[in-house]
Amino acid sequence: MSDFTLPEDKAGRLERCSVFYTDVVPHNHALGLKLVDIGPAEATVELPYADFLVGNPETGVLAGGAVTTLIDASCGSAVFLKMGRFAPLVTLDLRIDYLRPARPGISLISVAECYRLTRQVAFVRALVHQGDKSNPVASAQGTFMSTEG
Amino acid sequence: MSDTKPNPLPLADLVRQVRKTREYRKLTDAIPYTRYLGIGVEDVAGEMLCRMTYTPKLIGNSMLPALHGGTLGALLESAAVFELLLQTETERVPKIISLTVDFLRSGKAQDTFAKALITRQGRRVANVRVEAWQEDRTRPITSAHALFLLAEP
Repeated sequence: MSDFTLPEDKAGRLERCSVFYTDVVPHNHALGLKLVDIGPAEATVELPYADFLVGNPETGVLAGGAVTTLIDASCGSAVFLKMGRFAPLVTLDLRIDYLRPARPGISLISVAECYRLTRQVAFVRALVHQGDKSNPVASAQGTFMSTEG
Repeated sequence: MSDTKPNPLPLADLVRQVRKTREYRKLTDAIPYTRYLGIGVEDVAGEMLCRMTYTPKLIGNSMLPALHGGTLGALLESAAVFELLLQTETERVPKIISLTVDFLRSGKAQDTFAKALITRQGRRVANVRVEAWQEDRTRPITSAHALFLLAEP
């Protein structure tokens, strides 16, 4: 497969990106991450609640690390969508603010937007919520770089 | 209470026990996510280190292959949490406030180590720096700075 360009239409783009999650990124697949919606430079990714993701056995609250993975994955997808193709991508840095504890038993949804793409560096921000965007769980900002060329 | 529910131990009791016995696996296995990722605490020449044992499910880019950035973030955060639980008086899982991760090199398909350093511990907030490396400790693959909220004593 030498063509890494994403299709023009939304349904085609969503499908290609979803296949990428399951086929190319084993850890996204292992955690059960699902790409649920896309925009021109936005990716919405869902992390279903699961017992093996719990970080505090006394409260059932998910581990921060699982949230980190969700954010990293959604931000990377937003960069692919902004670029219009898949390219080898590395995360340079990621900053996450945990605004409130996630409620146990409910999916986490990360909405990531690549708001600036230069020739080498992509700037992304993300907001994580549990169905109500006005009451977010976490906010994040990251930078990514394509390693090709 | 603990008479009627002998197993599992309440986490605070388990933390106190593990501080004495150094059977770290009991604590890291009590947290489902660290057990899932294969993160453990080890005594290496008298120093407490974290190890994330490599398994294929940790891969984020199967073409390189490289570890998923999220798993490295998780290792750094877990190392900070275990450092706080085992080296301070904290008996509840500290709540993370913020995490800033620098990804310095890609993580290879092999075991990864992490060491946390508590740079400040107040009554309510702890600042922690963490580094992760693979075969060469002087060439870290990720570093992080994290803030935690500690439960009131």
